[in-house]
Amino acid sequence: MGEFMMNVFGANIPFLRYAFIIGLLASVAFGIMGTFVVTRRITSIAGAIAHSVLGGIGAALFLNLNIGLTWIKPVYGAITAALLSAFIIWLVSIYAKQREDTVIGAIWAIGMATGLLFLARTPGYVNLHSYLFGNILLVSRNDIFITLILDALIIIPAVIFYNNILGVCFDSRFAELRGIKTKLIFLMLLAMTALTVVLLVDIVGIIMVIAMLTLPAAVAGHFTRRLHSMMIVSVILSLAFTSSGLVISFRTDLPSGPTIVIIAGFCYIVAMIFSKLRAKFSSHAVSTAADSKEETG
Amino acid sequence: MNDNIIISIENLSFAYENGETVLEDVNLTFRELESACIVGPNGGGKSTLLYLLLGLLKPTNGKITVFGKSPIEARLKMGYMPQYIQLDQQFPITVNEVVLMGRLKRGFWGRYSREDKEIAAHSMDEMSVSHLKKRTFAELSGGQRQRVLIARALTCRPDLLLLDEPTANVDPGIQEQFYETLYKLNKRMSILTVSHDLGFVSEKIDSVVCVNRHVNVHPTNKLDGNMIRDIYGYDVNMICHDYRCSEGSHTHGHTMEGCVHG
Repeated sequence: MGEFMMNVFGANIPFLRYAFIIGLLASVAFGIMGTFVVTRRITSIAGAIAHSVLGGIGAALFLNLNIGLTWIKPVYGAITAALLSAFIIWLVSIYAKQREDTVIGAIWAIGMATGLLFLARTPGYVNLHSYLFGNILLVSRNDIFITLILDALIIIPAVIFYNNILGVCFDSRFAELRGIKTKLIFLMLLAMTALTVVLLVDIVGIIMVIAMLTLPAAVAGHFTRRLHSMMIVSVILSLAFTSSGLVISFRTDLPSGPTIVIIAGFCYIVAMIFSKLRAKFSSHAVSTAADSKEETG
Repeated sequence: MNDNIIISIENLSFAYENGETVLEDVNLTFRELESACIVGPNGGGKSTLLYLLLGLLKPTNGKITVFGKSPIEARLKMGYMPQYIQLDQQFPITVNEVVLMGRLKRGFWGRYSREDKEIAAHSMDEMSVSHLKKRTFAELSGGQRQRVLIARALTCRPDLLLLDEPTANVDPGIQEQFYETLYKLNKRMSILTVSHDLGFVSEKIDSVVCVNRHVNVHPTNKLDGNMIRDIYGYDVNMICHDYRCSEGSHTHGHTMEGCVHG
């Protein structure tokens, strides 16, 4: 760890420092949005948005390298594709609810296919691998600013609309009766999820985005009782998973994305077993204390 | 306002997009401080009627006004209690937060004021759930959840209370207590209750709204076995009818239980 910290703060290996800072900044977004994704049960939507990102990245690289629009960076393509998919899914969820899962599946696959076709027609070497599986060590100083902006776009609405979002997530119909624009709140949540997905692509890659969006929040859900405490705990867990994953991958020379996901997955399984055992023991205590009237009634 | 009529439904029909007609030629008026129970078989259109009143569905034909306005405009005067089964049972939310939802309002900031919190605390007192304030919704029993959701509806400061199956999954003994609470509330607000069992119909309810594609309104004191057969098309609820008629026995939990499970 000491050696790692020296590398992080030393001048020799700047990319490691950037990786660490980005992991830290992005964890805030993961924790907050992961909590929404888990409690609102929109994991598959997040998955579809993640995979559609490849379409945007492919298109951006194609325009950049083939057409010569050098100002178009892959991250802009990723943001556009993610927001566009979020918007389409939102439209479908409002106007054709029963077909929602079909559309989610379609966006998932079409996004990916589009990206692969664009990349096939893009000259030169494109590191597809790092988009799919993530490589936080490739980040640059510029990425820190982008991460900061995306963070702000996620945290500010989450704080401002906290009560409304909580209401919409728990009981959307009731919130609507109170005059809340529930559809707009849901669109906002999807857009924020889309931005978080873009942040995650750098760190764990398209394929493993769902893991980092759900596992920290799912672990936190076992130990917290309120939405905002679940967010805080999952931010801390995201931070722990990404930074410990970075340390281990650096020391063992393993890829960073899968290392981070494996650590998160391990903690998730441990937390699940722990809470099952806890529930078993506490329900045993309750059932022995309860009178038989409860049983027969 | 025309007299003290708060709900007025004229020649209303509702069909889903696939053409399936759920309600047909419905006429209904409901007066201030009245209490009524909407009954009928599953799939008969009870919930549809409720959603039409709340403005969550739009009538295919006909007109519906609540407090002289469209349902959507009148929403803030209505307090709605859904069935708790419809909500996410694992959502991380405390009782206090659930009840405060009754003060949700449109607006940029959406923070709850001191007054909002006082109103919520008062509703929790009224429904005797104040001691559960810090518990999570997931930890509560069915009966407690129902009381919390009524407290949330009361936090809206409604003039009309709409309850969807409030006694489902509630112990018979608690039901009796529940009627008493409703009776008290009915002195200051109108109450419409949806129920799938006629056992809910107590002496304290003014009328029964029978919904099975068509809607018929009966004063409670004219309800008899034949009418029940007409509504449901079978005799099963005769047990409930029996319970309602045998005045002397209705305080015994035993009889009530027979009714609920019948």
